[in-house]
Amino acid sequence: MSERYSRQELFAPIGKEGQAKISAKHVLIIGAGALGTGNAEALVRAGVGKLTIVDRDYVEWSNLQRQQLYSEDDAQKRLPKAVAAKQRLDRVNSEVVIEAIVSDANVEELENIVQKTKPDIIIDATDNFETRMIINDVACKYRIPWIYGACVGSYGISYAFLPGKTPCFNCLLETVPIGGLTCDTAGIISPAVQMVVAYQVAEALKLLVEDEQSLRGKLVSFDLWSNQHSAIRVDQVKKEDCPSCGTNATYPYLSYEMQTKTAVLCGRNSVQIRPAMKKEYDLQQLADLFANQGLPIEINPYLVSVAIGEQRLVVFRDGRALIHGTKDIQEAKTIYHRYLG
Amino acid sequence: MELIINGEVIRVPEHVQTVDGLLAHFQLNHKIAIVELNGNIIQKQEYQATALCNGDRVEIVHFVGGG
Ligand SMILES: [Zn+2]
Repeated sequence: MSERYSRQELFAPIGKEGQAKISAKHVLIIGAGALGTGNAEALVRAGVGKLTIVDRDYVEWSNLQRQQLYSEDDAQKRLPKAVAAKQRLDRVNSEVVIEAIVSDANVEELENIVQKTKPDIIIDATDNFETRMIINDVACKYRIPWIYGACVGSYGISYAFLPGKTPCFNCLLETVPIGGLTCDTAGIISPAVQMVVAYQVAEALKLLVEDEQSLRGKLVSFDLWSNQHSAIRVDQVKKEDCPSCGTNATYPYLSYEMQTKTAVLCGRNSVQIRPAMKKEYDLQQLADLFANQGLPIEINPYLVSVAIGEQRLVVFRDGRALIHGTKDIQEAKTIYHRYLG
Repeated sequence: MELIINGEVIRVPEHVQTVDGLLAHFQLNHKIAIVELNGNIIQKQEYQATALCNGDRVEIVHFVGGG
């Protein structure tokens, strides 16, 4: 097995010493979509000690164009992404401990995971600003470096946030942007994904081998179709009175009021609804209930899917639901409450 | 006026006079962006008051949420 990392060890800034550090580290990846699968595969091949991957969604056909860990079989079975990712990653490198968590990356869940597993770094592979603000507050509170990455169309952006050293996400944005382009409206091409993944993994490796002085330190963006590239040093944007990283930080995105219970999913004509209290559904019982109403159902160990006219309702064990075929939160809530009470 | 935007020389129309106008020209005014003018980051509340001159070096990075 000593051959496995030989080319990476030959790379002087890593070396055998760096490889030993990498293999002793734990990385948490939030999201198992395009960025999540790209980051996960690269870090698992690089021999990180442990990798935790969290995702709320399941594999669909429209994912296969760019989400590199999934196959047709996963889409056919509608496997949860975290589960399908782990299956593939275990085959790629059995030396790495891989933990798959099928869950929404909400405040409670994220704080829980971070407290329990104490990751060395967090990789952002989510598809929305709200979750990133939560990751940012968790990272600031527990002082864990995190690496932002996002892309849409042929455009991508990345930055490594170091609590106490760099500005934070809240310093840079000040507010959560509403609307804007998503994979839904502008689509996405895989090279844009791979470019962001490359920026994220490079910074991750530098952090894992504790070579902080080699970090880029710039907010970087590119457009692979219009052939543009930009990088800005953002140190001076750090705000002393920032509610997330300032001297009197309150971590506003960790408070209950800031948590949304519904979300329109990026790239999907779908709404997610998450009950305030966790539930524990008996999926078979639920499936029987739907079947009795003459509704076409599909079931696997993780979810029940039921077709309701133009819409499709997918219920996970913990009571979380996806309503496909609508972007209207109210309509989605109506369907949710109509079928799940 | 000619500006060097993200490393490229770009001619912008006459009516583009400020950072605010430049962002609108590129349809970035409804997005959250970081703008650097000749090496200095411009605060968001200064976009309207910050005038651009011929030959200015501008770097623009806007945030997106997909992934
Ligand atoms: Zn901050």
